[in-house]
Amino acid sequence: MLGKLDWSAIPFDQPIPLIAGAVVLFGILAVLIWVVVKGHLPYLWHEWITSVDHKRIGVMYILLASVMLLRGGSDAIMMRIQQAVAYQSQGYLPPEHYNQIFSAHGTIMIFFVAMPFVIGLMNLIVPLQLGVRDVAFPTLNSVGFWLTATGALLVNLSLVIGEFARTGWLAFPPLSELSYSPGVGVDYYAWSLQISGVGTLVAGINLVTTVLKLRTKGMNYLRMPMFCWTTLASNLLIVAAFPILTATLAMLLLDRYLGFHFFTNEAGGNVMMFMNLIWAWGHPEVYILVLPAFGIFSEVVSTFSGKALFGYRSMVLATMAICIISFMVWLHHFFTMGAGPDVNAIFGIASMIIAIPTGVKIYNWLFTMYGGRIRFETPMLWSIGFMVTFIIGGLTGVLVAVPPADFMLHNSMFLVAHFHNVIIGGVLFGAFAGFEYWFPKAFGFRLDDRWGKLAFWFTFLGFYVTFVPLYVAGMLGMTRRMQHYDVAAWRPWMFVAAAGMAVLTIGVICQIVQIVVSIRNRDALRDRTGDLWDGRSLEWATSSPPPVFNFAFNPDVRGEDAYWDIKSRAQQQSLEHEVPEYHDIEMPRNSPTGFVCAFFATIMGFALIWHIWWMVILGGIGAFATFVVFAWRDHDEYVIPADEVAAIDRVNIEERRSLVSMAGTV
Amino acid sequence: MSMTATAGRAHADPHHIGLVIEHPGPAPKRIVTAYGFWVFLLSDIVMFSCFFAAYAVLVGQTAGGPKGSEIFDQRNVAIETVCLLLSSFTCGMASIAADVRNRFWFYLGMAVTCGLGVVFLAIEFREFADLVSRGYGPSRSAFLTAFFSLVGCHGLHVSAGVLWLLTMMAQVFAKGFRADVLRRMMCFALFWHALDIVWVGVFSVVYLLGSGV
Repeated sequence: MLGKLDWSAIPFDQPIPLIAGAVVLFGILAVLIWVVVKGHLPYLWHEWITSVDHKRIGVMYILLASVMLLRGGSDAIMMRIQQAVAYQSQGYLPPEHYNQIFSAHGTIMIFFVAMPFVIGLMNLIVPLQLGVRDVAFPTLNSVGFWLTATGALLVNLSLVIGEFARTGWLAFPPLSELSYSPGVGVDYYAWSLQISGVGTLVAGINLVTTVLKLRTKGMNYLRMPMFCWTTLASNLLIVAAFPILTATLAMLLLDRYLGFHFFTNEAGGNVMMFMNLIWAWGHPEVYILVLPAFGIFSEVVSTFSGKALFGYRSMVLATMAICIISFMVWLHHFFTMGAGPDVNAIFGIASMIIAIPTGVKIYNWLFTMYGGRIRFETPMLWSIGFMVTFIIGGLTGVLVAVPPADFMLHNSMFLVAHFHNVIIGGVLFGAFAGFEYWFPKAFGFRLDDRWGKLAFWFTFLGFYVTFVPLYVAGMLGMTRRMQHYDVAAWRPWMFVAAAGMAVLTIGVICQIVQIVVSIRNRDALRDRTGDLWDGRSLEWATSSPPPVFNFAFNPDVRGEDAYWDIKSRAQQQSLEHEVPEYHDIEMPRNSPTGFVCAFFATIMGFALIWHIWWMVILGGIGAFATFVVFAWRDHDEYVIPADEVAAIDRVNIEERRSLVSMAGTV
Repeated sequence: MSMTATAGRAHADPHHIGLVIEHPGPAPKRIVTAYGFWVFLLSDIVMFSCFFAAYAVLVGQTAGGPKGSEIFDQRNVAIETVCLLLSSFTCGMASIAADVRNRFWFYLGMAVTCGLGVVFLAIEFREFADLVSRGYGPSRSAFLTAFFSLVGCHGLHVSAGVLWLLTMMAQVFAKGFRADVLRRMMCFALFWHALDIVWVGVFSVVYLLGSGV
């Protein structure tokens, strides 16, 4: 009846996951009760859960990423403490638990923090920058988000029901095969990634189509803001790479569930094929994450330097070059597998070549700042911190791209330090820069400056104190994923790293305090103009938060830096506004399809993990029925009357006019 | 007014000298939907390519079990291929019928497409069941694993296509040739033709090349 599921799945003998699970469960229940008692449920249902508005979905993506960042961060703290104390002893985490923690940490940080954070920012901003009312497929967008949330839910469920994978974040066979991992851990891993992978693919298709087909009038390709370009490149990579992940995990699951022999040791299976397939997805994946961050830095650096982006066209070229070359370097993840010197040499050279377009970008940002009037607001701090940090990470990357060096450093702590250096210094700093930069756009008030800057400095310093020791430990021969060790020379570095983790934690606390303080002081921090930073692209041409239809009129773009252009023209023409004629606007209606679909996907995923076959069928039928019901509805759009559009728009125009006239007098 | 606009343009866009073709604005819904679905199909073909790659890697790993030439039945495959190619034609007929809003020919075209799809699936199912009963199931060897997965993945897509086809017929029956129904019909047709293209790959790589070995 319940497949493999029984009471032994609940880890009553392990206090850490049980207490953590209980606290989380209690927290969720408390929030739910608060929502219901305060009567917020209808608001939440109509305005957020069933919303197909790209801005709302973007915010929900970022919220999901932030919550999961705390979970992944807790894992990181536990690992750093374990390695600090586990010298010639077992530490406080038994091996099977420690292995689950490092696997969950990697899985969560990549799939449920970095991915939703960048996809959320792209969702929130790209339609605004393109001057359009929504993404290409609004309801599918909601489906994509909720499927991602399903994956996150399943990963967290493994904390208290059963176990998570002990195989590392990519579940290499033969360890991940049934004979070596008979539990449900790998199944939790694989099914949550399959389900959230569908969500990511949907988001990718949606954003590619949005950028290529939905730009406003005059928004030629070479007038798009850099963030739109990097979004295009990143989502092209999603469309091309995520199916590889889906296929690879499907093969692993077939091995585990039906006794197939893709990657087994017996009957001719080929383990090395898994390495090739998973990294053919895995390397583009890191560029899927970092390219949008590059776009964010381009926007931030240009805005806060008060200059157009230096070398816009070379930036576009570099972005698309990275997009293509990122598919030709996957083998550098396993130089030691023994593909031979020729193959290793070619992939080593390709990996070094990809540093060139990245270097072009760094110089472009530097030259954008050169001669500019730089404002050191919080997003700009993150951007400068990124440039310093990412260069170091990039240089160690070029180092491990040299096959002979890689043979020494493969799977060492040096590698761990390297990829944290680029992912934290690149993706996470970028996500935080985007968060600080666009938060006022999404909510209509800015974030507290002082706490934001404190958060930056603690995170920046904490990063170096944590990860530079890991470089050293790697050079001293320490391999990754060690539950305990007996080498005295490594120990001091583990202590320093643990101290760094404490500093990083203070940084995270500052971020949380910043949000709380800002929400409390929101009236004082309010931005009424919609153009808080003196921005250059179209998202600043509408109010903050933007109305549901984004723009009362589709903006007419005449050059790069579309909004900057509009502002300068407005000043030249001394505000001779004709009274515009407003029209009715059609917007897509809300739909619970995404939420209901994800509900059934959760049931189906859980049932598949525990081999509860009747429930699998039930979930499948439910998901199909949801789509049919959606396809059967008669009205998928509603009309906002011209009067209402006019009323909303006039308020913003008034605020903006006073802003421009003030700028004129200064 | 027009002079300032021109000046503004020259200032804002220094790279463009002479005439610039202005982007006309958002594409119509029909184009957007079809474009998005094309992008999906490309991603689906990437997924198939992984199974093709796995097949190519594992085709020699028979682990003492049968080789391709020992288990493939050319006649069956020929019938399957004819079924699928014909169904593409009838699917095209149904699309034309939908475009001219002719219900009779639409239902007929879709019904024949469905019939051919089901015949294809039945033959494939019989082939699989026969192999399993002879002890040549996917767990026998890595070659059979790759064979069952690649061909089965295509079969699963055809099954999903049949389900979609029936849903489309029901939808035309209930809603008529509404704009959104027509857009979905267009996507379905793209899907069905794409499966044909994949089958041409399966036919060539698995059955034609495999029979020679």
